[in-house]
Amino acid sequence: MGATVRIAVTVNGAVRESEVEARTLLVHWLRDELGLTGTHIGCDTTNCGACTVHLDGESIKSCTVLAAQADGAQVTTIEGLATDGGLHPLQDAFWEKHGLQCGYCTPGMIMAAADLLRRNPNPSDEEIRHGLEGNLCRCTGYHNIVEAVKTAAANRVSA
Amino acid sequence: MSTYVGQAMKRKEDPRLITGRGNFIDDINPIGTLWAALVRSPEAHARIVSIDKSAAEQRPDVVGVFTHEDLAADFAAPMPMIWAPAGVEIRTPEHWPLAKGEVKHVGDPVAIVIGTDRYSVNDAIEDVIVEYDALPVVVEPEAALEDGSPLVWESLDSNQTHEWSVAGGDADAAFADADVVVSQRVVNHRTAGAAIETRGWVVEPRGEHVTLHSATQIPHILRFVLSLCCGIPEDKLRVVAPDVGGGFGSKLNVFAEEILAVLLARRLQRPIKWIESRSENMAVTHHGRDQISYVEMAVKRDGKVTGLRVRSVCDLGAYFLALTPFIPELGFPVGNGAYDIPAVSMTFVGVFTNKFPTDAIRGAGRPEVTHWIELTMNKVARELDMDPLELRRRNFIAADDFPHETALGIVYDSGNYQGTLDRLLERFDVDAFRAEQKELREQGIHRGLGFSTWVEVCGLAPSRVVGPQGVGLQGAFWESGMVRVSASGTATVYTGTSPHGQGHDTGFAQIVADRIGLDPQNVNVIHGDTDQGPWGWDTYGSRTLAVGGEAVARAALKVQDKAKRICAALLEAAPEDIELVDGNYQVKGSPDKSMTMVEIAGAAHIPPQELPADIEPGLEETSFYDPENFVFPFGAHACVVDVDVETGKVKVVRYVAVDDCGPAINPILIDGQVHGGVVHAIGQALYEQIVYDEDGQLVTGTFVDYALPTAAEVPTFETDRTETTSPTNGLGVKGIGEAGTIAASPAVTEAVVDALRPLGVEWIDMPLTPLRVWQAIQEGGAA
Repeated sequence: MGATVRIAVTVNGAVRESEVEARTLLVHWLRDELGLTGTHIGCDTTNCGACTVHLDGESIKSCTVLAAQADGAQVTTIEGLATDGGLHPLQDAFWEKHGLQCGYCTPGMIMAAADLLRRNPNPSDEEIRHGLEGNLCRCTGYHNIVEAVKTAAANRVSA
Repeated sequence: MSTYVGQAMKRKEDPRLITGRGNFIDDINPIGTLWAALVRSPEAHARIVSIDKSAAEQRPDVVGVFTHEDLAADFAAPMPMIWAPAGVEIRTPEHWPLAKGEVKHVGDPVAIVIGTDRYSVNDAIEDVIVEYDALPVVVEPEAALEDGSPLVWESLDSNQTHEWSVAGGDADAAFADADVVVSQRVVNHRTAGAAIETRGWVVEPRGEHVTLHSATQIPHILRFVLSLCCGIPEDKLRVVAPDVGGGFGSKLNVFAEEILAVLLARRLQRPIKWIESRSENMAVTHHGRDQISYVEMAVKRDGKVTGLRVRSVCDLGAYFLALTPFIPELGFPVGNGAYDIPAVSMTFVGVFTNKFPTDAIRGAGRPEVTHWIELTMNKVARELDMDPLELRRRNFIAADDFPHETALGIVYDSGNYQGTLDRLLERFDVDAFRAEQKELREQGIHRGLGFSTWVEVCGLAPSRVVGPQGVGLQGAFWESGMVRVSASGTATVYTGTSPHGQGHDTGFAQIVADRIGLDPQNVNVIHGDTDQGPWGWDTYGSRTLAVGGEAVARAALKVQDKAKRICAALLEAAPEDIELVDGNYQVKGSPDKSMTMVEIAGAAHIPPQELPADIEPGLEETSFYDPENFVFPFGAHACVVDVDVETGKVKVVRYVAVDDCGPAINPILIDGQVHGGVVHAIGQALYEQIVYDEDGQLVTGTFVDYALPTAAEVPTFETDRTETTSPTNGLGVKGIGEAGTIAASPAVTEAVVDALRPLGVEWIDMPLTPLRVWQAIQEGGAA
């Protein structure tokens, strides 16, 4: 093991402290150390977006951020998106509109969509498609993902 | 009987998946798990001179480094290729999980390193020093067939693997009598499955017993083959497919790493995990397509197509995986498309090259056939100066001519090709489009339209056609279904199919719920675990519903039958007088005398009174189903694109898909499969390509250079369906998982060419990237 760093990150509302190898990616820390396995990994090159989480409220790809860089920050993962114990409106809309098939890209897609709706609560189809182009899905052809985001927006979502 | 079947029920799978509570392969972490990583060849073809493991072995975080020689005694058999067609020799070299003396493609595994954690094991593979002596490389399949080509296998005298032909009718006569013969060379380039979850496994040994969790489409076949390759009896090997993050055929194989998993777990007696990187996935998870086809169509002046001849050169890569040489031939049952062509002759020539093997990727042989047929039909139409849809109408197999035996002796089960085209044209006004196209052209906007009136063969099964006595696959393809009702009146359904996004849990619950009288929310579907439920043949070839669903439906009907007998005994009625109405088992004519499934299930397990001697206790039934025939879904698709003639960039602006897969079990699942399938084909037609350079180096080894479509590249879809029942199975259904991928590439390609025809463009091979389209415009000479 190489050099280590002590970090404290607020993850889904709770402070988590840990000694990590300096090169540890945020996504590996979330998954392997904290057991938050809802955040997935689909590529080596920051293309697929399966690892999307929120860092201080903005969506980032957690495979391209070191855990050490998140020291002192707030991180929200798919497990912490819904705050009332039920489903977040986006989760509900993805279910309602069949916005997922295998479900592997889904947590990252939902986290990216949540940030999109925070920035633009009423996006057009075109804006949704461009807003999600950093997240790849091989199953759905995106049609029902766009429908789900529109539905969530219509239900007056704000993240 | 249909209370739930046909409903757009929300999926039962989704609550865990949308909240991050799925159970994918990398989510499985037994205590004390070691990690594996592979040392892979940077050379496309080379002799291994030496392997120095010492530096890696000395690392404190490394448990062991293993080469072929280290494991040779543990291998019970080489990796199998399971196609043995009668009368055709397929030259099948030995294929081992780790390279034996030579590497034959970039990424060929040379050693496997086992270490204590994810990061250090990837450091350690850098410390394994392999000395290579480079050998000549061949990457182009047609060049590989020429005399004097470098040989992928020096033990063979050429790179040709086999030649397989099928023919029906008198093609020579058809071509001799033709008014017009149209020829076309069609390239179907190499692509990747590119599931967003890569492959991976977690293996857990317990003494002699080994459990392999694998991101696979085929847990049952995998266990069977692993038992042979590893010399471990099946009773001591359990294979589990957890939630699987997409397959598209790319997880339909027995891969080298899975054999190594079982052997090393047995040796080391520690749990081990391997998660494929994306770069590995692009290099060493099988690719698809890669055919160069020479197509000839014989036509009479009135538009009647009388003959089709195809010779297809198939780049199979350096080794065979399970089905590598067979996959191109899988297109042959729909060799004549939706058309009544009296003479068809097809020849497939397999070729070794220094690339990773090809095998089944969504559609598997059928997209290639559909692409060449549909585009050649368009070319014929132009040659005859006939509307391409009119040409199709004149050649469609008539709706009253089903079941229809084709020239190749295949019986299309049911169809109404004119019907789906008519429905498409209700939604798509061609005359209005042509007027708009003309107007836009005057404004400098190049818009084009393409059609595909396709037919697919799927529902693999039937064993008698596909198996040893048929085309020669060394397996069977029936399917199992088991329905178990608990004492409290809930049901568990076991299917031998194994999902990776299709929605089995929901669709099968709907099928069973109707047939036994329960709510689908109380019907749990279990799959993908060889220790649970009967043997099955897994998921591929759009077989889940038409084969697996039918097996489950038949098991459910057996449960219903027994439930009626129990009910009859308790209500003192004759079993034949009990009917299932709205979830109640009631006496005909006396609906007040009835029982629910919950009551019957209780009585089956804890009888309130003595039941007749011929009624065994318990409520559980199994069905094994092997269909008589394939199923043949079909449809009509239209695609509209805009082409930027300055840059060559193509934008799909409208896509209308009318599909017919028989009666719907759950329409939202069908639409989802169509959307995803069509985008898969749009990806192939416009963006995606696996590229090796002339040295055999993989140029498209990441998602940076292998361009999957994003949401921004594809349109909103317009979908519709017609419903033509299949006589093949009791549900009347056909597959839909591959349909969109089989259908769409010719529609997209023709749309681009239609947009550019005024610029002198007549043909562009896929992928229609901006560079290729721009070049075609320049070569067209009218820009």
